[in-house]
Amino acid sequence: MNAKLPNVDAQALFHYVLRLGDLSLILGQRLGEWVGHAPALEEDLGVANIALDLIGQARLLLSYAGEIEGCGRDEDKLAYLREQGGYFNAILAEQPNGDFGQTIVRQVLIDAFQLELYERMTGSLDERLASIAAKSVKEVRYHLRYSSGWLVRLGDGTEESHARVQSALNTLWPYTVELFAEDDLDQLMADSGIAPRLSAVHAAWSARLEGILADSTLLRPADRPHLWHGKRGQHSEHLGYILAEMQYLQRAYPEACW
Amino acid sequence: MLSPQERVSSAWVALARVEDPEIPAINITDLGLIRFVKIKPNGKLEVGLSPTYVGCPATEVILRSVVEALEEAQVGDFEVHTVLSPAWSSDWISAEGRRKLLAYGIVPPERLVSTLRDVLRGDRPAACPRCHSHDTETLSEFGSTPCKALHRCRACLEPFEYFKCI
Repeated sequence: MNAKLPNVDAQALFHYVLRLGDLSLILGQRLGEWVGHAPALEEDLGVANIALDLIGQARLLLSYAGEIEGCGRDEDKLAYLREQGGYFNAILAEQPNGDFGQTIVRQVLIDAFQLELYERMTGSLDERLASIAAKSVKEVRYHLRYSSGWLVRLGDGTEESHARVQSALNTLWPYTVELFAEDDLDQLMADSGIAPRLSAVHAAWSARLEGILADSTLLRPADRPHLWHGKRGQHSEHLGYILAEMQYLQRAYPEACW
Repeated sequence: MLSPQERVSSAWVALARVEDPEIPAINITDLGLIRFVKIKPNGKLEVGLSPTYVGCPATEVILRSVVEALEEAQVGDFEVHTVLSPAWSSDWISAEGRRKLLAYGIVPPERLVSTLRDVLRGDRPAACPRCHSHDTETLSEFGSTPCKALHRCRACLEPFEYFKCI
């Protein structure tokens, strides 16, 4: 399967694929917390379905990462047996669910990011990533349809709902900086034709958000230069709690399967 | 010993008997999940299988059923590959598959999704599968399985499922 692997350092590609996979994995796990608690049965189904799609993407990406690494780690070992510092998701994904409005804001921000990223990644020179992107982008479009539909309803809804999502947006916006902050690894991937330039993804994301926020009657917060380092394994205090719950079973009963 | 053509055609026959575990009314060839069946230069029969949704729990059951069906059909050495690109589309559900879905009470996808842009457009089923009223509403963009959305008929008040256009 790796015959068409691009000519790039395997360790770098492994790390990069984990960035993509961990973003989906951690966001999917977060959304899963809503199951049984969402405001209505339809929303319970909605967030659970999105979580399922995200975990499906994570499985494809982590499996691929494991093959690149070549040390015998499969998707389960990578998902359940890494330490916190070994996760490379941007820390926006691990931010708490808050109320339903805050969950929707986080979802719109990441859905739009994944949409613009995957659309461009369908042309990746890494055929495996190109095909995972081609599959995922369709699902992500549907996710954004759902999340942006809710953001418009809440933002352009009552005074209370508007105030809550505006406040969630103000809280979460600073974390979006990390999604687009291009470091050496992002640059290497773009130079090798494996990933799109994050600056191009950012421009498209920004334009898309502009439209969604206008429809939602929400104000776009100012960009602040603070940089987070989840993509390098330095996380907020929230990730540890997610991992404790997510990894419990494999830690308590190693090799358990069903 | 079957000829290569016979192996391919018995594989298709066997695959047409594999049901979708969550929608038993329809088989996986009707759903458009089988991308190809061919004989490789080394003599192995190769089947290309596309998942509907990457996180769909039915995917693994389908893969196992495909392997079992091919073993039973004795098509000789074979391998099953997951095909992600081009990504599965509801456009690939056959006319026969659409009839079966409707008869089962699931409104088949109404609209062709020829481009990615189309996925972002909201869409509605044409009519209630029970009373055929056009007065329907969306209850949820997501339903009991990843491939379906939930709607309700305002005329007969019954909820019904609609296959997502993706």
